[in-house]
Amino acid sequence: MELSRRGQILVAGLAWLVGLFLLLPGLITVPVSLNESRFVRMPKEHLSLRHYQALFSDPGWFSSFLDSLSIAVAAGLLATILGTLCAVGLWRITGRLVALFGALVLLPMILPPVVAALAMYRTWVALNLYDTWIGVVIAHTIIALPYVVITVTTSLALLDSRLEQAARSLGASPLRTLRDVILPNIKGGVVTGAVFAFIISWDEIVVTLFISTRAVYTLPRRMWDGIRENIDPTVAAVASLLMAATVIGVVFALIYSVRKARAQARSH
Amino acid sequence: MNPYYGFITPAILLIILLLLAPLAWLIGLSFENEGQLSLHWYREVVTSGGIRSMLWTTLRIVAITTVIALILGYLVAFAMAHVGERQRLLLTLCVLIPFWLSVLVRALSWLILLRNNGLINTGLMETGLISSPVTLVRNETGVIIGMVHFLVPYAVFPLYAAMRAVDPRLMMAARSVGASSWRSFIDVYLPTTFPAIFGAGMLVFIFGLGFFVTPSILGGGRVVMLSEYVSVTVLQTLRWSLAGALSVVLLLATAALLYLIGKVTNLRKMLGAA
Repeated sequence: MELSRRGQILVAGLAWLVGLFLLLPGLITVPVSLNESRFVRMPKEHLSLRHYQALFSDPGWFSSFLDSLSIAVAAGLLATILGTLCAVGLWRITGRLVALFGALVLLPMILPPVVAALAMYRTWVALNLYDTWIGVVIAHTIIALPYVVITVTTSLALLDSRLEQAARSLGASPLRTLRDVILPNIKGGVVTGAVFAFIISWDEIVVTLFISTRAVYTLPRRMWDGIRENIDPTVAAVASLLMAATVIGVVFALIYSVRKARAQARSH
Repeated sequence: MNPYYGFITPAILLIILLLLAPLAWLIGLSFENEGQLSLHWYREVVTSGGIRSMLWTTLRIVAITTVIALILGYLVAFAMAHVGERQRLLLTLCVLIPFWLSVLVRALSWLILLRNNGLINTGLMETGLISSPVTLVRNETGVIIGMVHFLVPYAVFPLYAAMRAVDPRLMMAARSVGASSWRSFIDVYLPTTFPAIFGAGMLVFIFGLGFFVTPSILGGGRVVMLSEYVSVTVLQTLRWSLAGALSVVLLLATAALLYLIGKVTNLRKMLGAA
């Protein structure tokens, strides 16, 4: 829509204020993590890496990092396999039940986190999954599943379903069709889904709080305790590293998507 | 039998056995009092003064948060849809980075900024604007600031998608029949984007209702919202039936709101966009 010059400046100015409100608070952890004292505050005289040193020399933080990493890899992998299969299945199944199944796989995303956490907590205790690595992996797989199904479904929507019919009519089994015909065409969606699933699990806190205590102690869980009990500047160091990873990830993803959009525009 | 049923079975079974069945168990507990089938806990939810005021606090905070997040989100989405390529990219970064940033990092940042001896208070006192710290956290203000910060991106994405889809000829037509920019915005643009505003608002409201981390950290135990109350009910007082009843209330509210969104916009599209 057209705006007057003044209107444009006003709208852009206000939007930028909101943009900075969104962006800046996260950055605050960086200077705080570089402060020389043992308190959470801005650096006064000189910068210091002592909180990073504390972070890297602490076996507790390291084992939490490993817990989170291994759980996110396992849950991401499981969610990607189950979610991709499910999306392809839903794509080829017709009938009234499809809507029901579709809603069912979206359920973990729609359910309020605390409700899912309570339901799982009770069940995990009953099944001896409470505070076990595999228990957390299963819970994270369930939570990440809808994100994979959605991204894969999106890329399937661009795929001509006659390809699948052709493969099947030539005698390929559904699995063979999946491997040789469908998967190569939806690679992008599957990879995106896997990245989503990994991040969802890596970041998950509410359900994890309920279904684990100390035997499995993920990074978010340790951060949660570090923030709630008495803010420890080491948490600011962890937060800064997560902030840096997020900025790098988002910038790369944005550059990639802009390049892709440009390449597509050129090829048309 | 369609062979592709085999493809969906593992995921569907996982969800039915380890999410739906546990959920049914939890709901079942809410109808039980001292081993008997009873509506006792629902009566408790309705009559207990403490629970009523907690529910009211939750609704108030979520409503305020939703309105602010929608206004801020609309502004950003509008600018993104109508500025040049470079500014759009930079604004997108401002929305995407916090969107992907861990909720704990965000809560920590706000805690550092808003505490009594935090950056904002220290800054204001050093410039002499205030003589004693203003309480910005461990109260509703802090919770609302943190929640708005979390939820604005969720409002921006669907709004931006809807604004990109507005036919520019519509606005040109309004202008050509003599409407001012402001008039054509109010009479044409705003109504055209209304379904997205409604959908985004409901989505933000639903997220807000179930929100746990930000209110727990920034409320500091003084502002207790629904999710934290439920967790305290179970973890500290072990009242599973009450937690179950409150979960049912939360579930029903969520379902009703989702139904409303479905009536106005395409829900699957919105979830995919978010």
